[in-house]
Amino acid sequence: MSLSETSAPGWKARFKRWFHSWASPKWFYEKSARWLPWLSIPAVLLILSGLVWGLFFAPQDYQQGNSFRIFYLHVPAAFLSQSIFMMMAIAGAINLIWRIKLADMAAKHCAPIGASFAILALATGAIWGKPTWGAWWVWDARLTAMLILLFLYLGVIALYSAIDNRETAGRSTAILSLVGLVNIPIIKYSVDWWNTLHQPATFTLTEKPAMPFEMWFPALLVVLGFYLFFTWMLFKRMRAEVVEREFKAKWLQKELTQK
Amino acid sequence: MPADLGFSALLKRDLKLAFRQKSDIINPLMFFVMVITLFPLGISPDPNELAVIAPGVVWVAALLASMLSMENMFRSDFDDGSLERMLVSPLPGFLIALAKVITHFLVTGLPLVIISPILAYMLNMPSAGYGVMMLSLLLGLPTLSLVGAIGSALTVGLKRGALLLPLLVIPLFIPVLIFGTGALQGVIMEQPVSGQLSVLAALLLFSLASAPFACAASLKVSMGNG
Amino acid sequence: MTDYLSVENLLIERDDRLLFKDLTFTLSAGEVIQLVGRNGSGKTSLIRTLLGLMPDFEGDLLWKGEPLHQERDDFFNHLLYLGHKPSIKSALTAKENLEWLVAPYTKVSDQAIEQALSEVGLRGYEDVECHSMSAGQNRRVALAQLYLLDLPVWILDEPFTAIDLAGVSQLEKRISEHAAQGGAIILTTHHVLDIDTVKRVNLDDFMPRGKHAS
Repeated sequence: MSLSETSAPGWKARFKRWFHSWASPKWFYEKSARWLPWLSIPAVLLILSGLVWGLFFAPQDYQQGNSFRIFYLHVPAAFLSQSIFMMMAIAGAINLIWRIKLADMAAKHCAPIGASFAILALATGAIWGKPTWGAWWVWDARLTAMLILLFLYLGVIALYSAIDNRETAGRSTAILSLVGLVNIPIIKYSVDWWNTLHQPATFTLTEKPAMPFEMWFPALLVVLGFYLFFTWMLFKRMRAEVVEREFKAKWLQKELTQK
Repeated sequence: MPADLGFSALLKRDLKLAFRQKSDIINPLMFFVMVITLFPLGISPDPNELAVIAPGVVWVAALLASMLSMENMFRSDFDDGSLERMLVSPLPGFLIALAKVITHFLVTGLPLVIISPILAYMLNMPSAGYGVMMLSLLLGLPTLSLVGAIGSALTVGLKRGALLLPLLVIPLFIPVLIFGTGALQGVIMEQPVSGQLSVLAALLLFSLASAPFACAASLKVSMGNG
Repeated sequence: MTDYLSVENLLIERDDRLLFKDLTFTLSAGEVIQLVGRNGSGKTSLIRTLLGLMPDFEGDLLWKGEPLHQERDDFFNHLLYLGHKPSIKSALTAKENLEWLVAPYTKVSDQAIEQALSEVGLRGYEDVECHSMSAGQNRRVALAQLYLLDLPVWILDEPFTAIDLAGVSQLEKRISEHAAQGGAIILTTHHVLDIDTVKRVNLDDFMPRGKHAS
């Protein structure tokens, strides 16, 4: 491309086309078919290696012994559930501002996956809690905040299913997710404060000595594996949604019959 | 073009409507009283036990009573076309939301604040707490109205979804509840509570600056569903 | 001759159903446009899209030559919209309802309200609460706005609902008057309008024939 071709209309039009190709369900459907195995296989490898290392080979925790090992599931799940909520809100915002269908679809499917990670975090929190505090459930700051996060997810899912018109449902839940996102730090701060008020001797991770590499690295592996798994799951669901929405489109009919 | 684009007219009209339909004011108050009554009946009439739970009970009851009337913030206007009309008038969306929130607080929140000492007395709350209780409610209930307005705007006109509004807004109310009761419990235990009250004030200011805009956006999105 | 609203190649899809495409027309000062089409053809969707209440569409909407979404404020300052539902609060009197309805645009005196009400045949009803009036009377209270406000563009959705014959011809007269004075009106109605200068835009003409396009 010569210098004279870099006039404003030229590159602007190309940028717009690139930007909007991200918005095209057709482009996404065709490309994502190739991405899926690159997501699923590394995901399984990372999760398995992280868990096996953490559950069997990592050193025991100096205070909690072996029951600590559930940490390798609990912390990545908690991390993902919060991360996904943020992604859901951002995808919703992209849909609100630029009206991009793919962002709408992505946001919609983030919700159940994120909620599942939150439930996993709560369940593993309970399994951790029993040997540690003697009860399946305690109102500790992190578990309580995770429970509230689950409520926020359930609210988004409930709102989506209550609205008939798909575009409106996507936009309404986008606003709700953004309101939720802004409130999450406030909720965390409040719950932390509430907790220290009533349970001054709460055990937290940050009070321990710095964690050795052999302990946090497996957790990191699981986190990365979970991210890949989440992306894989998200893309699978989005592909199913593209099929549902664009069913009558000729390009899709061709794709499906070519299988 | 009037200077306030109809803001004060909207406020006046909604207050007039509320005072002509007295149930809008009375019902939440009666709900507040009845809910509080459930606790001595359900737990124990022992004054010492009641005193311990009194701060939480008053606050939770006030929160629920306030939430009861949020469903209707925009419903009537949605049903008769007034909301549509407002959204195509020169009056900006965030001022519509603000007017509705102010009305909601004056009609529901303020009466709760005023009768709260009577109920606190019935729950054997030490009188040292009354002032801070009313102040915390005065700071917290408008915040609930502001946040609840967003939920109300998102769910206006929806036929499905029983109890959807409470499900959406209760998690968002939790910070106000924590600091409201925290202030109340603190003052009863003769501890300084300026920290809690400052947080409540900060939450109120933050909501005041952001919720009306989120509410206006929600109204426009909900109208697209009609 | 001001061009107020312009619609260019408008396409509206609702719930996976294409309502119409390539719809193009302009509303200029002095014109009366009647939107026609069978039930469910998208007349209301078109109006709601013009009003900015339905953002899902393709094509261009212009206000005085500029994109409508950038000129919303100016549009709303010049628009009187009477919807399908009369926006009348039953617990308020006719006067109180009108005061609120016109408040975003202007302040009006009590005499002006009384005058407007008598134009629609409700002389003396200023202080009657609207729940004690019939549906037709409530509609007429809403129509009184057409005599109270001085806004150029009118969008009226089924304004003849619940009006008797005398009221119908009265409203037709008011519409013609407004157009003659430089106003511009878009309306939907099943009614056969007795106004000479009416321009009909039939949405069925813009429906694709046969299978739905995707």
